[in-house]
Amino acid sequence: MFKFDKLIWGDLGWGDEFLWATVMTLTVSILSMGLGMCLAIITVWAKIVQSKITRLIANFYTTVVRGVPELLVIYLIFFGGNSVVMGIAKIFGYNGYIELNALTIGTIAIAFISATYSSEVLRAAYLSINKGQIEAAKALGLNRFSIFIRVLTPQIIRHALPGIGNVWQITLKDTSLISVTGLVEIMRQSRIASNVEHSPLTFLITAAVLYLFLTTFSGKFFKILEVNYSKGYN
Amino acid sequence: MENFFIILNEYLIIKNFIEVFKGLDNTLYLLLISLPIGFVLSLIFALGRVSKFVFKIPIPYFIIYYPFINFFLFKVSIAKLISAYIFVIRGTPLLVQIYLIYFGLGSIKGVRESFLWYLLKEPFWCGVLALTINTVAYGAEIFRGGIQSISKSQIESGQALGFSKFMMMRKIIFPIAIRKVLPAYGNELILMVKATSLVSLTTYMEMTGIARRIMAKTFAPVEAFIAAGILYLFLNFLMVQFVKYLEWKYNPHLRLSN
Repeated sequence: MFKFDKLIWGDLGWGDEFLWATVMTLTVSILSMGLGMCLAIITVWAKIVQSKITRLIANFYTTVVRGVPELLVIYLIFFGGNSVVMGIAKIFGYNGYIELNALTIGTIAIAFISATYSSEVLRAAYLSINKGQIEAAKALGLNRFSIFIRVLTPQIIRHALPGIGNVWQITLKDTSLISVTGLVEIMRQSRIASNVEHSPLTFLITAAVLYLFLTTFSGKFFKILEVNYSKGYN
Repeated sequence: MENFFIILNEYLIIKNFIEVFKGLDNTLYLLLISLPIGFVLSLIFALGRVSKFVFKIPIPYFIIYYPFINFFLFKVSIAKLISAYIFVIRGTPLLVQIYLIYFGLGSIKGVRESFLWYLLKEPFWCGVLALTINTVAYGAEIFRGGIQSISKSQIESGQALGFSKFMMMRKIIFPIAIRKVLPAYGNELILMVKATSLVSLTTYMEMTGIARRIMAKTFAPVEAFIAAGILYLFLNFLMVQFVKYLEWKYNPHLRLSN
């Protein structure tokens, strides 16, 4: 039933393929988490700034992307993304055919999803900072940039870290969905291997164990970070 | 601007909408079976997670030169078993679980020959099973938080009134716990609505599957997926309203006016 001999290293087994698939999963999740954090910062800025239009756009974005299944967002970006990119290229006077590769599309799609979750976490962290601190910093004569870097950011990181850890786990698990775009990460690799070897149970359990390994150890990493960032409070 | 209207062909999107709408009942069947079962099971699992009950399984063994059978007591605590289950399910993506049940269980010969095969050969029942297993793990963790947050004095006053264990559950623990976990469980319900779209990858034709088929037929991805997206948003909107209604119903002391 469970064929251990199919998991050996080299040409006879699928061990090395699974290692590269794991590296690919990690790459996609780290890239999309980073891109998602950038998007989330923009979204948070749009939500807290005193403008109705940006707030409306940001709320629309988070509501829609969180209310629609992740698979649908990935399908939409995978099948519709190329035409959007070509439309943009047409504006700049390029009429050729452009095809984005699966890694780019997958990263953008997952980033769009994870940004909605991160933005909620970051917004909550921002709101939990006492307004008196910003006023105190202003009274000390700090400009807006140094207030953001020296006063707000360290506290936002400390408050947001547990939530960001959760978002990271969700992102890591969502990367399994971009197997539908043909990117060879753990999920896709296990489907390929099980189709070749006619033994789905072996490779799907391998995939599950790999995901479990990744989520567990990244969880431990975030625990360490949390302890590190709350040193001043214990 | 003209270009935009060609891309978003109005006629096509209405046609797609009607076609995707026919898949709504398939999505709803998935939810209507897996959510109630998941709710009941997650309450039971949450109780198991906080219980201190330990299974003692006697395992007989022999020692040479000793005329009697000895028993080694193998202790399994229910709380640890359930937390292991929760750990595994929460650490793996739902897609892996669906594939494991749909492709993995089908590849075992014993399952194919047993009565289970009548259910597991259908992608629908595989989807229901996977969704239930998934929601029970998340739900049990949520309900555990609710049960553990009940203050000791409330349980003590229940004991002082002479409640039996079952009455205590029914009258004190469950009402307070459910009230406390409603927002978190509402989130989980919305995640479940979104999770049903993954069952389309096992050839079950619900809304995402139909949108995918329309895309393959007409090669107009944006219209097909927007039509499905609007329906999912609508479903989630209904879910949010339902949870809000429950919160209003179970928190009479927080209502602003009657």
